[in-house]
Amino acid sequence: MSAETPNPAATEAPVPVAGRSVMKRLVTNPMGAICLAYLLFVIFLGLSSPFLAPFQPNQADLNAVNAGPFEPGHLLGADSAGRDILSQLMWGTSQTLLGSVLVLTISVAAGVTGGLLAGFYRGKFETAADWVNDVIMSLPSIVLLIALYALTGPNVMVAMAVFGLLVAPTYYRLVRAVVVGVRTELYVDAAKVVGLSDQRIIGRHVLWAVRAPVVIQSSFILAAGIGIQAGVEFLGLGDPKQASWGGTLQNANNNIYNNRFGVLWPALLVTLTILALVLLGNVLRDVLQSSARNKTLRKDRRRELARKAQQERTAATSDLPAQDVVLSIRGLRVGYPDGPDSVREVVHGVDLDVRRGEIHGLVGESGSGKSQMAFSTLGILPKEAVILGGSIYQGGEDILADDKSMKKARGHRIGYIPQEPMSNLDPSFTIGAQLVYGLRAVKTISAKEAKKQLTTLLAKVGIRDPEGIMRLYPHEISGGMAQRVLICGAVAADPDLIVADEPTTALDVTVQAEVLELLRQLSKERGLAMILVTHNLGVVADLCDTVSVMKSGRIVEHNDVESLFEDPQQDYTKELLESTRRVELLEV
Amino acid sequence: MMLSVLKRLLRSAVIVLIVTFATFSLMFGNGPGIARAILGYQATEGDVQRKVVQLGLDRPLLVQYGDWLGNAVTGNLGESFFTGQTVTSALATRVPVTLTLVVLTMILTIIISVLLGVAAAVYGGWLDRALQFVAVLGAAAPSFIIAIGLVFAFAIAVRIFPATGYVSPDISLGGWLLSVTLPVISLLVGSVANAASQFRGAVLDVLSRDFVRTLRARGIPGSHIIFRHVLRNAGGPGLTVLSLQTLGLVGGAIFVELVFALPGIGQLANLSTQNGDVPMAMGPVVVTIIIVLVVNFIGDFANTMLNPKARTR
Amino acid sequence: MPSPILEVKNLDVTYTGRHGLSKKVINDVSFDLHPGETVSLVGESGSGKTTIGRAILGLAPVTSGSITFCGETISNISRSERRRIARGIQVVFQDPYSSLNPSMTVEDILVEPMQAAGASGGRDRVRELLDSVGLPSDSGSRYPKEFSGGQRQRIAIARALALDPAVIICDEPTSALDVTTQARVLALLKDLQQQTGVAYLFISHDLGVVNLISDRIGVLYQGSIVELGEHVATKPQHEYTKRLQMAAPVADPKKQRERRAARLKLLADEKVGAGRL
Repeated sequence: MSAETPNPAATEAPVPVAGRSVMKRLVTNPMGAICLAYLLFVIFLGLSSPFLAPFQPNQADLNAVNAGPFEPGHLLGADSAGRDILSQLMWGTSQTLLGSVLVLTISVAAGVTGGLLAGFYRGKFETAADWVNDVIMSLPSIVLLIALYALTGPNVMVAMAVFGLLVAPTYYRLVRAVVVGVRTELYVDAAKVVGLSDQRIIGRHVLWAVRAPVVIQSSFILAAGIGIQAGVEFLGLGDPKQASWGGTLQNANNNIYNNRFGVLWPALLVTLTILALVLLGNVLRDVLQSSARNKTLRKDRRRELARKAQQERTAATSDLPAQDVVLSIRGLRVGYPDGPDSVREVVHGVDLDVRRGEIHGLVGESGSGKSQMAFSTLGILPKEAVILGGSIYQGGEDILADDKSMKKARGHRIGYIPQEPMSNLDPSFTIGAQLVYGLRAVKTISAKEAKKQLTTLLAKVGIRDPEGIMRLYPHEISGGMAQRVLICGAVAADPDLIVADEPTTALDVTVQAEVLELLRQLSKERGLAMILVTHNLGVVADLCDTVSVMKSGRIVEHNDVESLFEDPQQDYTKELLESTRRVELLEV
Repeated sequence: MMLSVLKRLLRSAVIVLIVTFATFSLMFGNGPGIARAILGYQATEGDVQRKVVQLGLDRPLLVQYGDWLGNAVTGNLGESFFTGQTVTSALATRVPVTLTLVVLTMILTIIISVLLGVAAAVYGGWLDRALQFVAVLGAAAPSFIIAIGLVFAFAIAVRIFPATGYVSPDISLGGWLLSVTLPVISLLVGSVANAASQFRGAVLDVLSRDFVRTLRARGIPGSHIIFRHVLRNAGGPGLTVLSLQTLGLVGGAIFVELVFALPGIGQLANLSTQNGDVPMAMGPVVVTIIIVLVVNFIGDFANTMLNPKARTR
Repeated sequence: MPSPILEVKNLDVTYTGRHGLSKKVINDVSFDLHPGETVSLVGESGSGKTTIGRAILGLAPVTSGSITFCGETISNISRSERRRIARGIQVVFQDPYSSLNPSMTVEDILVEPMQAAGASGGRDRVRELLDSVGLPSDSGSRYPKEFSGGQRQRIAIARALALDPAVIICDEPTSALDVTTQARVLALLKDLQQQTGVAYLFISHDLGVVNLISDRIGVLYQGSIVELGEHVATKPQHEYTKRLQMAAPVADPKKQRERRAARLKLLADEKVGAGRL
């Protein structure tokens, strides 16, 4: 992988945002603004109860027993003892706010500190903290809170403090994971090398990375705190003399047959408050962590582009490729969404022919579109990519025009060798299982026969103990071995063409030489054509018959390999060659 | 393999000790308080003092716990301070009720969230958005509020289901089903919302891995890739989510039992604690922790079976 | 010849994994580095080349042996001592994405080492540094993500230069870059060496790159130096170096055909040799 221009398919890193702009984006987001406004209203409700609540807490009005909503003097009605529901809820709000802030403070203090220390210093502290954390996580919190009642009697604040400790593991796990991740970042190593102290590194690099996830999580923890507080009160573990949301709900629920609407108000208040916090958390996540612009294409726009490309195909009277051509690309254009309506083209109308047995090098730097070409021929472009036009002929059919012929070609007539050997094998299956299964998916053949053929082929690609390898899992073999397995899988179905995407880039140079040797041999013996995507001109010189040089989505030069290296025509080709040769050992 | 099973068993035993000791200290920590709760507010100081001694609550906590634990190991969890009923016999009628709720909810959660999670991850679009909406809603509404809402809607407004009470399947299978439907739905909403969105994430994660692209390039049909390769690899994270959820589920059951007046262990725990019948209240604690540990154990075991790296280690 | 500025003697690094299994990753490695010189360590994955660099920087534990800088021991010393003695050793890492904190502006990144050292300089020094690595002087207020891989690597080089170090450890500084960019970054490193007289310990898997920039080359194989000298890349003595050299393809079809033949012959000879033993 090279890094000069960003890969169009790559996801963007989180944008750093300063405090003020977070607030601004939160308020300009409609959902965020609604949630914030609602939460401010709840806070106002709590703070203003001494001045605005129509009745004192527990003040009973015997004339209003079980009053329905909207009765004079009792906007939301009254409960079985004649207490005004609106007043009860207003007085209960300050309790709820206090409780949830308590939960938040304690859990942040315990969890974030623990996570920071464990993640940064690791070692014994981390082992111990992990253990405590695991134990706390297996404690049934509501049962403990009920047990606590036996000791302290009705004291919701103590219960909330304990609950704060019980949810601290959420922060601990979150923060520790982030810190462990940051700790392995090279910029932390760089900070150590320039002599920054641990405190400065934590303050400068680690806290920054932890900040956003903690803020987001806090929104959810507040929601959980409110839920559990209402729950504890609802169970009857709260102080019956004190007004509370959960207590009001409990009374109303016990009285549901006499005043059915009584449950509505506390239930709504609790649910809406939790909902507002959860939604606020989601909005915060969007604001703090996702990239600034939405880069998904609208569905109808995508369909429209596909239709246009198809019309072009039927209209085009392209000359049919010559007999010995196994793959022919005409006017291929590929794009990536730039916004909901616009698409940025990264491959601009490329033509390419590959003849039987020909090894064709597709060479270019990162962002040149060479991998996009390879993925297009196999129909394995990333989901968001759009084919804007062009045709790919294989066996006389345009595989881009017809999904069925693509399916017929893929794996049967065209094989694929990926770049990174280890991540391209399914870790959950043995080598043998995935090879046999893969072959039987494209070829009607018995499992026994498939196994026999694959064993022979594995020996052929240079694996000494094929039977043994087939019983192993991918994590038990080396990278070079894994690449041989993948090559075996690609040629097993006896295709005409192999598309190899940087097949040796992830390998050591000595292993690379062996793999190149293997590819040459397979091509010669089986008359296999190959498209070899690579950034390495040495690999091209070693293996290829013909070369196309790609730059910014276009083929700038195309020739047989000897002529291109001997007499490059384009400036770009010359520059590439010169840069490569400068770091080469020619005299051996 | 044997060693890791042993290790896990040992760990589970330690957790049982910690949880039971913690709850025991909380419940038995305030001897006079318990005596006062039993005798009522009119009782004199002297009465309370005598009661404390009579119940043995004046002994050091550790001694009391040791006694309790010693008996518990032999299957004797003590008897009620009030009725003299043994705790085990009280549990015998109540555990099946709670287990019914928890097990039914878990099974339905697995089925629904796997289907929903896979569908949302693979098809995206409106299905995905709908799932995200349900996930937010499920996270926002506590199970007891959903329960109240359901009682309000189906038991009072449109009388389809019984509002309260439990019918044993021995008496009437249909009645049993009707009596547990609303409670199970109350628990299911939150549980599915969480599990399905987590499972969706796990599936999306696997779908973005390199080997899936290679499998597609090999010509393997999409449905095979999903059901054979993606599900297998997403299974591990999915199981972890499910086993972590058991705790929440058992907690939720306590509330739901209260709303629907189901005679389960949650109701037992709540009532006995508030009455000061602490030996009785310890029963549900033991049952809860055992349920959670058993489910975690099964989850871990299945996870090991799914993950070849863990198996060969 | 002046005395070496950095000296590594009989270095061993052993990692203890789970279950107490230990693995020796560096085995009895010795070499030195003189002021203004470039010494390269070349090897394949698992050869331990990166570990040696990290051991010198104090980022990996030294099991036995010694590392001295300007005559003072810097292996297994505390962080605060290292801050005092070893400020003269700086680093440029391989990955230009992970080595710059995405939340800091380029100016903050460049000021950080000076603040840590308590040195003044500020904006003028930042502009000077940016200028010396060929970046526009107004880059300071921008964030790393606004730059390409090659430009990020230039920022990392500027950070390494901020404290006027005597030695810079370059850990595969160009292997993540495109070839044209690689050539430019290598040229920049050479220029800077001529201007400032800094010494490089250059770590790479690419014998060709190493040959271009080094005065002396050490070849690492499974944690040991098998060969160290001035003409290692062009006139290898050790079998492994020969294999390494032969394996790298050249960007010329005719020459590559010859090299391929030579490589196959070498391997065949080795096999015959091994058979005889």
